[in-house]
Amino acid sequence: MQEAMIARAKELLADGTVNRVIGWKKGEFAYDITPAIFETPEEINKDFVYDDFTAANVSKYLVKESRREGKILAFMKPCDTYSFNQLIKEHRVIRENVYIIGIPSWGKLDAEKIKSMGVTGILGAQRDGNDIKISTLYGEEKLPFFDVMLEKCKSCKSKKHVIYDELIGEDGEVIDSNRFDMVEQLENMTAQERYDFWRAQLSKCIRCNACKNVCPACTCEKCVFENPASGIENKAAVDSFEENMFHIIRAFHVAGRCTDCGECSRVCPQNIPLHLLNRKFIKDINLLYGEYQAGADTTSRAPLTDYTQDDCEASIVHERGVE
Amino acid sequence: MQINENKEFQPLIVAFCCNWCSYAGADLSGTNRLNYPTNVKIIRVPCSCRVNPMFILRAFQRGADGVILCGCHPGDCHYTSGNYFTRRRMTLLFSMLDFLGIERDRTRVEWVSAAEGAKFAATMNEFTEAVKKLGPNRRLEDLRCRKQ
Repeated sequence: MQEAMIARAKELLADGTVNRVIGWKKGEFAYDITPAIFETPEEINKDFVYDDFTAANVSKYLVKESRREGKILAFMKPCDTYSFNQLIKEHRVIRENVYIIGIPSWGKLDAEKIKSMGVTGILGAQRDGNDIKISTLYGEEKLPFFDVMLEKCKSCKSKKHVIYDELIGEDGEVIDSNRFDMVEQLENMTAQERYDFWRAQLSKCIRCNACKNVCPACTCEKCVFENPASGIENKAAVDSFEENMFHIIRAFHVAGRCTDCGECSRVCPQNIPLHLLNRKFIKDINLLYGEYQAGADTTSRAPLTDYTQDDCEASIVHERGVE
Repeated sequence: MQINENKEFQPLIVAFCCNWCSYAGADLSGTNRLNYPTNVKIIRVPCSCRVNPMFILRAFQRGADGVILCGCHPGDCHYTSGNYFTRRRMTLLFSMLDFLGIERDRTRVEWVSAAEGAKFAATMNEFTEAVKKLGPNRRLEDLRCRKQ
């Protein structure tokens, strides 16, 4: 896959279709692969990488990149295409300036999970059926792939690219992934249990803003959390109220626009399951206002900028679920 | 929150009322000499749609024990459709608060027209009673803002 991508990127650079490429490059370790922009074939040869650790979503970078001169080639996994489509819908990217190559993704690895299973000194990984062979400084280890997959990939919603100019490999299907199972489990707890669960999770927050900065739906130029008059400008949460507030507002501001790409949880250094907050909104929207998948198309109206005369009343919250 | 002499808990209720219907409804309940508890502090907003989720959270932060949002009946909005958006937003916000384990009876949306002075008073009486039963807001309070 990586070779095919590199070959195609070089071709497109050579014939002048694009003048730069956004992909991923190696970090310090085999597992900290970061998005990067390549302008020459030499750079691509040297650093370009696409493997089982390559999980970052490149869509958000295109908000700025698509406004620069010339066309950019972007490699996108299925989940990235949803984010990109949503950005087109919100007029945040210039579609004409991006050449998209869809690439398949079969789930990505979570280095933290591998480490927590006692495997350290990771040098690389190779798929082997349902297992993953991990080469380390201390030899080779074999682990079941599903156990070390990223949380967001375990409940993948779609393997289908919703937007692309060409594909490498085959396109998949929208899949039914039981992604709301955990949300449902929480809903069936008592209020006290839910409160305790979220207090334990949210109190870990260090307000690094990684969830906000990585989110492809969070693209406002002026963010409420960066407003000096708000009293909550980029600072650590001082008490439980501020922790709750940050996470409620963060999730609320992307409600109806979140494509459920799961980047927020992936980047959280404290491993807070932030995607559950977003999924709660998605689940509610699906249930109350009809099935809606943000990013699936570029024309339908977002649920929170739309209404019908016979929407349910807010009191429905009081009538259902566990007290 | 305050505790009076006989130690009975008195909740602080913040009511966001839209300028065109509910605020006038509150006014009418006053001119009709109907009673509603002094625990209710009214904040006038141009439209119920003006209320940002942050306002609700801020009210809790600054010591409210319950927050009620009042607007025109759906279909009667002075700005045609404001309250329809409010309805969707608040449904999702309240559902999220509930998801985080915050008592669901602390928040409410009620439609009160300018002619419904009696409904305004009744709603406020009932809501204050409900919040009184829940006790002080502890799950969404800011310790720095606690009075005593």
